[in-house]
Amino acid sequence: MNPQYKFVWLISGVIALLTLATAIGQILRLRVSSESAKPVVANLNARIYAWWAMVAIFVFAFIFGKVATIVLFALVSFLALREFITLTPTKLADHKALSVAFFVIIPVQYYLIGIEWYALFTIFIPVYAFLLLPSLSAIGEDTEHFLERTAKIQWAVFVTVFCISHAPALLLLKIPGYAGQDALLLFYLILVVQISDVLQYVFGKLFGKHKIAPVVSPSKTVEGFVGGAGSAIAVGGAMWWITPFSPLQSMGMAFIIVLMGFLGGLVLSAVKRSMGAKDWGSMISGHGGMLDRMDSVSFAAPIFFHLTRYFFAD
Amino acid sequence: MWLSYLLIGLVRLLVGAAPRFMAPLRTNARYIFFANHSSHIDTVALWSALPSEIRNRTRPVAARDYWGKTSLRRFVALKGLNAVLIDRIRKNPEDDPLEPLSEVLARGESLIIFPEGTRQAQALPGPFKSGLYHLACAFPDVELVPVYLENLHRSMPKGTAFPVPLICTVRFGPVLPRLSGESKESFLERAREAVKELA
Repeated sequence: MNPQYKFVWLISGVIALLTLATAIGQILRLRVSSESAKPVVANLNARIYAWWAMVAIFVFAFIFGKVATIVLFALVSFLALREFITLTPTKLADHKALSVAFFVIIPVQYYLIGIEWYALFTIFIPVYAFLLLPSLSAIGEDTEHFLERTAKIQWAVFVTVFCISHAPALLLLKIPGYAGQDALLLFYLILVVQISDVLQYVFGKLFGKHKIAPVVSPSKTVEGFVGGAGSAIAVGGAMWWITPFSPLQSMGMAFIIVLMGFLGGLVLSAVKRSMGAKDWGSMISGHGGMLDRMDSVSFAAPIFFHLTRYFFAD
Repeated sequence: MWLSYLLIGLVRLLVGAAPRFMAPLRTNARYIFFANHSSHIDTVALWSALPSEIRNRTRPVAARDYWGKTSLRRFVALKGLNAVLIDRIRKNPEDDPLEPLSEVLARGESLIIFPEGTRQAQALPGPFKSGLYHLACAFPDVELVPVYLENLHRSMPKGTAFPVPLICTVRFGPVLPRLSGESKESFLERAREAVKELA
């Protein structure tokens, strides 16, 4: 099957799934009468509408190609970093470093993906940016909490720019027999992460009893994780035909994506709570901020990228 | 005008500038919005947070010594923001620096003013200058609305040329009540407290 056909099948499947979800959401909205369940249903519906928007944006990026996809993810990094820095206590002395992070490091990182300079793309942030940013802060002549400030800025850039940029970087992999289909791999990653997220939420709401990490992330339950992760791995396995993997390999990859996504959600929840917030922002209706949706992707993308590259690419 | 939309688009990308209304605004009322002042983005942020039907009749007040200095700044202030320029430095003691503002209110339009007169380095507003009081006395039926601009002192503080993108919420407070026989000092302090309460 050629990539165009695969894409059409895939989008049709996703639209059918979302249509079903929308119908269920509307039925629930009309049927549910208890005051405690109403907000849950409203939240679910808000999430479903936001997925429609995400799918629309994604289809747009796929149709308009690599540049559009890279620009889209650069914008995602920009908004995620903006959320992170808003909650991070920084000082006037960090101003230059922060401006550089937004207006130099994000464009350069994504430009390197665009020109497919793999070697520099993987070290640009850990080597160059992480030496430059504290230097710029030090020039500001303010030593109060210097290490904390620097560490927080570096971590913000690491998660929101370096990690997230590994998702569109899938487009630069050269996989034998898979030319021109890299965008499907990106779709696979996002699909598995999102399905895992939502089904963990749904299973958790329906059957959740035993909390996994009540302090860090009270909504995560064993039942939710098992149900959500199991379903996402099954979906990942069923999606093998859009990937360069065999069905079994595809399930293995989905397992790793789900696991990393879970850890990403856990770690970023801890970070956010350490900064005294419940949500990263209020940008996406029903989803909190950009980082509330991208937390799983940020942990899953780099590992998925490198495993695929090591085992499947030239 | 295209420049207005460009400025609004830029400021939304940069700082969001999403409004929160503690009390609803009426589209047919005349307002003086007064806010804390900590960056050059303040004016555009507050202006773009307003609902468009109110924004179209609202004019920000800008200092002539800064915004009138070069033709580019003048163009941005007058064409992009529909601003009213005032003199911070009074040349002739006879002149009334508030006259252009009174004209705007008399025409039935609203104003955005920053009563601190200059940008502050900190999150909370400093002492207010008396212009707000004189305008309030001259126009007793204009509604005075305190506004708090969050985070902008971090985004583009005085002395920096380049902004850092941070999410800024623009909080519109309830209309400041008028008290009869109140002295200038206590009115200005009460107005400042109203902005601080939104922080």
